[in-house]
Amino acid sequence: MRLTIPEQEIMTPGHLACQGCGGALAMRYALKALGKNTILTIPACCWSVIDGPFPYSAVNVPLFHMAFEAAASTASGIRAAMEIKGKEDVNVVAWAGDGGTFDIGIQALSGAAERNDNIIYICYDNEAYMNTGIQRSSATPYGAWTTTTPVKHYKREPKKNMVEIMAAHKIPYVATASIAYAEDFVKKLKKAKEIKGTKFFHIIAPCPPGWKTSPEITIKLAKLAVQTCIFPIYEIENGIKYKINFKPREKLPVKEYLKLQGRFRHLTEKEIGEIQQMVDRNWELLLKKEEESKNL
Amino acid sequence: MRKVIMGNHALSYGAMLSRAEVIAAYPITPQTEVVELLSEMCANGILKAKFIKVESEHSAMAACVGASAAGARTFTATSSQGLALMHEVLHWAVGARLPVVMGNINRAFAPPWSIWTEQNDSIAQRDTGWIQIYASSNQEVLDSVIQAYKVAEKVLLPAMIVLDAFVLSHTSEVVDVPEQEKVDAYLPPYEPRYKLDPDDPHAFGGLTKPDWYYELRYQIEQAMEEAKNVIEETGKEFEERFGRYYGMVEEYKTEDAELILVASSTIASTARVVVDMLREEGKKVGLLRIRVLRPFPKEKVAMILKNAKKVAVIDRNISFGMSGAFYAETKAALYNEKDKPPIWGYIAGLGGRDVRIEDIKGIIENTYKEDNPKKDIYWIGVKL
Repeated sequence: MRLTIPEQEIMTPGHLACQGCGGALAMRYALKALGKNTILTIPACCWSVIDGPFPYSAVNVPLFHMAFEAAASTASGIRAAMEIKGKEDVNVVAWAGDGGTFDIGIQALSGAAERNDNIIYICYDNEAYMNTGIQRSSATPYGAWTTTTPVKHYKREPKKNMVEIMAAHKIPYVATASIAYAEDFVKKLKKAKEIKGTKFFHIIAPCPPGWKTSPEITIKLAKLAVQTCIFPIYEIENGIKYKINFKPREKLPVKEYLKLQGRFRHLTEKEIGEIQQMVDRNWELLLKKEEESKNL
Repeated sequence: MRKVIMGNHALSYGAMLSRAEVIAAYPITPQTEVVELLSEMCANGILKAKFIKVESEHSAMAACVGASAAGARTFTATSSQGLALMHEVLHWAVGARLPVVMGNINRAFAPPWSIWTEQNDSIAQRDTGWIQIYASSNQEVLDSVIQAYKVAEKVLLPAMIVLDAFVLSHTSEVVDVPEQEKVDAYLPPYEPRYKLDPDDPHAFGGLTKPDWYYELRYQIEQAMEEAKNVIEETGKEFEERFGRYYGMVEEYKTEDAELILVASSTIASTARVVVDMLREEGKKVGLLRIRVLRPFPKEKVAMILKNAKKVAVIDRNISFGMSGAFYAETKAALYNEKDKPPIWGYIAGLGGRDVRIEDIKGIIENTYKEDNPKKDIYWIGVKL
């Protein structure tokens, strides 16, 4: 079998991620795809800790830690410096969690995208403020328990559709990914490297402590997210051209995904049915968008 | 070349002559002309810089921080609300030891809305670790930008050039715009020891436990202390090359003065005229203009003021619940001196109200009249 994922390890052992951390795996694959000629900026998120305390670092690329809402704007600044110094070939990457992307960092991200600054923005999404102790973010899905959406008041609002928001900026490339589909993620990152302008990635990264799951099923969950179509993996080029990267031959019931996670344990059959309806509607809509955009 | 330019354009020319490489800015009255002219300079190629037209001041400073960390010379400008929005990132620039240089046009905070001059915006950033230079003329604005890069890049702290809204920002004065070659000889390109470089990867600003954080703060204070000397030295070198000297303070007829006025920015310019008028009447009055608020020139201030009989400080700012900021700092600088004069603190000109010759004369008159200050705050011309 031909290896499609580079062997080179740019992320090192000794990092501080929890067991079964999806965010750590996401970084490992991302750096394999991006290579050493990369500069990272990371706002407040789990990775502020995972990388290791001073003087250690778990990545073999330069890394600038930054304030919560400033990943995109900082990346824009780094990119401008690279351009003025004639180092156009460096990958400038903002690496942020869902809180730093969907909530507090959305303004700076929208600004960078509107300017179409030549950066890669990767949101590793564990669907809540996990680093501060599992508080809800606007990426937390409908029905989930968090410490600020207790069981009696579980999250009633659907997950914000960040991918569509980014696509609406008409940036050249937007993609979702899953750590369970590493080849797909690496392939799309390699593609993004060659595109000039703002590239946005949204990768689902299960979090055992926050999702109340066993560390050993992280990959299984990331796979089920795609196979149940609650988190489909697809690309949008120039804000209009949709391409779904994985279509399950038979869509698995979302219950298969939910029942493995403690954060959804309180949900009744009726509520799970409602979530299934949401997933179905969103999936059908996505299929239609892909079909429609074939004619563009 | 001599040009008639407004204070805002003096900032732009300063950034251009300093060969700023990355500029990130967001418009706010009364700063807009700074970035308009810089945009034009970038567009027509006079200035080879990347101009990032960001969506907020927070992003402006964050982009400057990112670019500076990657080794570029960076510039931005703002005012009032914009500076307040930058606050978090101002700290970041200091902690990351990045020599970002910015212009801040002093403008009062809302509410109620005001676009006129007052120092509370920059005073509120006093404790961030930024070097703060308060200019009193457009020439000084331009020259200070160039000097600020030299200082900031030596001590690795960011620096802010502060000027009064409208009184300087929109007032045209004759300014000598130095030749590029002469500025290049004074200010060489920025060559940072550490930067974001894929060939030499390091992590910057990672989680630091109590075992080292304390030492990093100690080093910032050491750098501030060093900045005092560097400002004097770079000021002298500037004088040798350009014929104009800028230090921590400006003394005007203080040597034999019984009463010394302490002021900053354009109020100091008006006070200089008042000193001359009163000297003609035989009154031994002098002026100490504090040019640099951070690092605070406490040794100089104490040395100059300790032999005066009386000192009057004028503040166009107020630290609510205490007094004017320059007044508090001046008092603190003298506290450990054996001989020290009584010090009066006057608040004037908030929200851009004019501080006229008569107002300053009134301040001096009152200071002469009283043996000792009766309170910490004397309000000048309050209508209530």
